[in-house]
Amino acid sequence: MSEQNPQQGTETLTLAKAITRALHDEMAANRKVLALGEDIGKLGGVYRVTEGLQKTFGPTRIMDTPLGEAGIIGTSIGMALRGYRPVPEIQFDGFVFPGFNQITSQLAKMHGRTHGQYQVSVTVRIPYGGMIGSVEHHSESPEALFTHTPGLRVVTPSSPHDAYWMLRKAIAHPDPVIYFEPKRRYWMKGEVNFEDTDFDPFTAQVVREGDDLTIATYGPLVPVALAAAQAAVEDGQSIEVIDLRSLSPLDIPTIEASIQKTGRLVVAHEAPTFGGIGSDIAAAITERCFYHLEAPVIRVGGYHMPYPVSRIEEEYVPGIDRLLEAVDRSLAY
Amino acid sequence: MSQTQNPTNPWGTPERIQLMNEAGETTPHTSFSAYADELTGEDLKDMYRTMALTRRFCDEMTSLQRQGQLALWVPSRGQEAAQVASARALAANDYIFPSYRDHGVLLERGITPEEITPLFRGSGTLGWDAKKHNVHSYTLVLAAQVLHATGYAMGLNLDAEIEAETGEAQTGQGQATDPTQDPDKPAVAVYCGDGSTTEGDVHESMVFAASYNAPVLFFVQNNHWAISVPFSVQSRVPISTRAAGYGFEGLRVDGNDVLAVYAATRYAMDKIRTGEGPVLIEAETYRLGPHTTADDPTKYRPEDHGATYEPLDPMLRLEAYLRSTGQADDAFFDDIAAYTKEQVKSVRSYVLASEPETFETYLDRAYAAPHQQVEDDRSFYRAYNDGFEED
Repeated sequence: MSEQNPQQGTETLTLAKAITRALHDEMAANRKVLALGEDIGKLGGVYRVTEGLQKTFGPTRIMDTPLGEAGIIGTSIGMALRGYRPVPEIQFDGFVFPGFNQITSQLAKMHGRTHGQYQVSVTVRIPYGGMIGSVEHHSESPEALFTHTPGLRVVTPSSPHDAYWMLRKAIAHPDPVIYFEPKRRYWMKGEVNFEDTDFDPFTAQVVREGDDLTIATYGPLVPVALAAAQAAVEDGQSIEVIDLRSLSPLDIPTIEASIQKTGRLVVAHEAPTFGGIGSDIAAAITERCFYHLEAPVIRVGGYHMPYPVSRIEEEYVPGIDRLLEAVDRSLAY
Repeated sequence: MSQTQNPTNPWGTPERIQLMNEAGETTPHTSFSAYADELTGEDLKDMYRTMALTRRFCDEMTSLQRQGQLALWVPSRGQEAAQVASARALAANDYIFPSYRDHGVLLERGITPEEITPLFRGSGTLGWDAKKHNVHSYTLVLAAQVLHATGYAMGLNLDAEIEAETGEAQTGQGQATDPTQDPDKPAVAVYCGDGSTTEGDVHESMVFAASYNAPVLFFVQNNHWAISVPFSVQSRVPISTRAAGYGFEGLRVDGNDVLAVYAATRYAMDKIRTGEGPVLIEAETYRLGPHTTADDPTKYRPEDHGATYEPLDPMLRLEAYLRSTGQADDAFFDDIAAYTKEQVKSVRSYVLASEPETFETYLDRAYAAPHQQVEDDRSFYRAYNDGFEED
């Protein structure tokens, strides 16, 4: 954690600007924090998340790199071994795979392989998810590939406040963190409390209380789940919504406590359901809450196919209606 | 398209640096002899000792693997000159990223044979103190370490920037050497083989190193085989030629010639330390044994390879030189034989007694800070084992 918090009070920011501010504040607090990636310097990144930072911190701390994801991640590992805290940016979710070997076979294992002699504090920022009307490889949700890899932590914010604190805590953390940014929520505004220094990025949060059923989700689908819960009020249904926030470690106790109250669980994400985080949550809750469950855990997610072309993406990504259909199925038991 | 078996290179090939021929006879070189002249007779004998230990240790580890005492062994036979002489040319505070066959580099750096064994015994993943020796862990995924080295070297440049701003020398995560006492500006050396240079990570390493003028030496041991694939299939041109494409110097050196390897590495490190950015050295050597103990080179190698390459053996060459110049006699070589025999005896007993740390130690190390899923697994592991105790 940084020594000082340069900000005070609260401020309303977009999620993208909350990330910019977090990076700025952590870089200001620690000389060894630096960011690198494609076009992040003068341009400020394709989503302008790093806009203005190079002017403040110079080109050796906000580094425009040659185009090579393995190079970006691999050199970040080397810099971390030297004692730096690099924050590499991957331009889009589907572009992470050329750097996947370095993340999963190297970054994740370095602390263990060196018998704890080295910490590799690398925070990999990856904009992810769909519904931005883009082309192939620009709308994927590969988070389960990283949560399946021991040694990595995986987090994703759904609000500007969480985005700010989650990134600061990730950068300051001794473990490597994959920080997934819900790109379709970059322009969503919210209040950031700069004094929430005790924020724990590895816990889930109940973002709406309810009694009849729990929806657990994260990142871009949190507003969808909240809207579904609101719509369900008309049918007399009281739905609790959990924002998981951290996908590894997963805060199972928070979900468990909710299920003990509601007895029903729907897990939702944009990623394909097969082999996804939802499957793990369903299994964990079945193991732990079998006698509390009134219905099977239902997963709502992407289909088992590559992310479709953008003009039909609404059929792929879960929306309010697919969540409500799952709610009805659960309540029918 | 057919594979090019007899490559030609119209763009020019770096001179092959050789200071000592196969008979152990030396020839002066206008650019490189001065570096080799730094080596005294004692230095050369000391290097011979380390090379001999590397070989004897390697043979012993091969035997231990055949006896079922090791999971795997990666022989370095034939590459002792390339490894020991290059490591000898580095400064103590230069940080080394080895591949998985660089036992001579490690021994030259003061790491003991015993400390090399846990990875291959299956009882640990890193047996030495990386920070004390400035030598990172072995890397088994090909070429991954080449990018780490480049990043580490970029970090050294960032260190220099911070030092210029604050006046404080940087130590990163901690090194055994005190940066305020460094006689030489630290740099990085990374080792890989000819097979590794096919990997995209090497390409990206060289692009990044050039882009950021990183103080890194890429030391490629071309042992002519990527398991079963000969160099003639791997590359149309000597690997040293490729450096020009990235915009830095590539040197080609007889990798079985200790004098040439030492001189080329000293030259390269001097250049790197002055801030001229990376250098690539291709040390042309030969893998006399298999790729690993899981390999069987009789299935793919020409039968006459022994007759062709064994006379080029770096050990024989240095022995011939030391004898012909009167620096060493039978007594010296007898002493070396006794020394290496004694050393490997202790390695054998160490390996046979070597056991892994507890299972939970590996759970502890998966993360630097507590992680809920690891703690859940730990609870299960304990409960499961406690159940047996109750029975």
